[in-house]
Amino acid sequence: MLIIKNLHAQVEGKQILKGLNLTVNAGEVHAIMGPNGAGKSSLASVLAGRENYEVTEGEVIFEGKDLLEMNPETRAREGVFLAFQYPIEIPGVSNINFLKTALGEIRAYRNLPALDAKEFLQLSREKQKLVEFDAKLVNRSLNEGFSGGEKKRNEIFQLAMLEPSLSILDETDSGLDIDALRIVSKGVNKLRSEKNAFIIITHYQRLLEYIVPDFVHVLYDGRIVKSGTKELALELEEKGYDWLKEKESATV
Amino acid sequence: MTSQQDIPLFEEVVNEFDQRAGELSREESKGLRTARQAAFEKFRALGFPSIKHEDWKYTNINKFLKEEYALEAGKTATPAELLDRATIPGLDCYQIVLVNGVWDGQVIGGPLPKGIEILRVADAVRDSRFASYFEDAKWGNQHFANLNTALFTDGLFINLTGAVTEKPVHIAHLYVGDRNLMLQPRHMWVCKPNSELSIVETVVSQAGELKIWSNSLTDIIINRDARLDHVQIQEASSGLRMVNHTTVHQKKQSLYNNYTFTMPGAELVRNDLQARLEEDHTETHLYGLYLAAGSQLVDNHTLVDHQQPHCYSNELYKGVLLEQSTGVFNGKVYVHQDAQKTNAFQQNNNLVISKKATIDSKPELEIYADDVKCSHGSTVGQFSEEALFYLRARGLGEATAKALLINAFAFDVTEKLKNPAVENHVNQLISYHIPVNHA
Repeated sequence: MLIIKNLHAQVEGKQILKGLNLTVNAGEVHAIMGPNGAGKSSLASVLAGRENYEVTEGEVIFEGKDLLEMNPETRAREGVFLAFQYPIEIPGVSNINFLKTALGEIRAYRNLPALDAKEFLQLSREKQKLVEFDAKLVNRSLNEGFSGGEKKRNEIFQLAMLEPSLSILDETDSGLDIDALRIVSKGVNKLRSEKNAFIIITHYQRLLEYIVPDFVHVLYDGRIVKSGTKELALELEEKGYDWLKEKESATV
Repeated sequence: MTSQQDIPLFEEVVNEFDQRAGELSREESKGLRTARQAAFEKFRALGFPSIKHEDWKYTNINKFLKEEYALEAGKTATPAELLDRATIPGLDCYQIVLVNGVWDGQVIGGPLPKGIEILRVADAVRDSRFASYFEDAKWGNQHFANLNTALFTDGLFINLTGAVTEKPVHIAHLYVGDRNLMLQPRHMWVCKPNSELSIVETVVSQAGELKIWSNSLTDIIINRDARLDHVQIQEASSGLRMVNHTTVHQKKQSLYNNYTFTMPGAELVRNDLQARLEEDHTETHLYGLYLAAGSQLVDNHTLVDHQQPHCYSNELYKGVLLEQSTGVFNGKVYVHQDAQKTNAFQQNNNLVISKKATIDSKPELEIYADDVKCSHGSTVGQFSEEALFYLRARGLGEATAKALLINAFAFDVTEKLKNPAVENHVNQLISYHIPVNHA
């Protein structure tokens, strides 16, 4: 589904990603862990097409197409979804109207017929239930006055509505209490299927107790320095990230 | 100061007044004739304003004054298409159509209920019950209000004696012609004690080369415990030059809500809105939204004049500046020494979309009472890149995302509208007028 080869990227002249390789297949959940400043969120931003990131080398192929050639909306319509670390508040944009517009544009791109009001409402209700998203929040302005947990749950609700093939969760666990974490994870687990894939970016192992990954990668200084299965996450939890730095200095 | 000799229009209006003084005003009351003469003398001394005048510092009307205008409109047929544009879909109302400031006497959706009487101003000035409303020349150094007083011939007189709440009065202002015109519509609305009404005005004009200068003056008196909701939607075509003066006199415990929407189109829009709080315990809300595009100049000058204690005023104006447009907001709040316990709030926010657009925002507070609560704020900003990215990352195209953000910005103002059909209409207009590529 996704092939990242030798990806180099910089932001404001500073090199952040320095030759990153990653392959994600349908049905897989990949966790990307690493210390602060390793480039985890930058990877998410580059994949979603944030404009201030400049790719200097390498390629990203998504379902056979060059992802880096596409603008952010085309990536979304092709099936890439980024759950933001800091979902933005947009007063005056109703949550549900925004989703209706987004879904409309995505369906039009995929040559699917537009949903009528009733079908949309039905879908919305179904997905609200699936990810336990409060109906009261659905009709409010986009994220306005939402708590941290409510914002993250809204990201998962949007994910459920838009049904992307590749979802990138950028530190979705940050700022969540244990109940919110459980609800968010439950939502993600229900949405997992043979057809879609997840990249879960996290600093802590905690989230991975709820969303069990197929693969765990350690991102350090712009590269994936170690890959393994879910046991790697436990090892990281135990040892922290300092050993990476030692390893780095040993090789210099 | 630009010499008025350089402005042919000045000579033209002076000649017009002298000529009319002989014929037309014979049927008018002595009081009105005196008022006209005083206003005219004032205007002759002042001339048309230039950027040397503080109130016109950011609004240069020179190029519009150089155009030629006839001062009398001939009879013109009303294009159905224009009335269609001025009509608000789904709005249940009493509709009154003014063509070049003149009403044909017909009420669509009528007859009018008890409690409201509407006359042509041409008739009201000759009616002994109402003539006195036109007899003062109270416009100080306001160039255009004096000019209007000197030369007006017609407009809409409303005498509101009861609560008319089942549906609003919709006044459609249509401007058409076969030659360039300068018009002086004069409106006078009197709300008697305890009366209540909602008025929605729409302004449209003929598209094409035609230039019409509408120098309109609306004088409103809201008596004790009366309430007036007043919406104006300005959606004229480029040829309209619109100088639009509204003065509101509020008496004890009265309520006035004004909502002024300006859409892209008319090259010059100058709104002077003045709320004079002449007695205590009044409430005033002024909401404005201007969406300017092309080379349009949209200027909103507001004044809230707190003369008496315990009055509340709240003002929110928002602007979206597209393309090469210029916006001006000047919000004056004057709190007299006697006006203790005044609450006066003002906010002006602007979204400047294009690098070539300009906004001059000027809050002006003069406070002479010591026990008051007053605040003001003014902001100028661009699109939030983060918000734009968020929307695009959900599959919204750039144009759709921008339109959504503009609608969201305008929402604080549009949500204040009480009538769903009017709110829907304004939202439709906003969406319609946001060009796909406006940066």
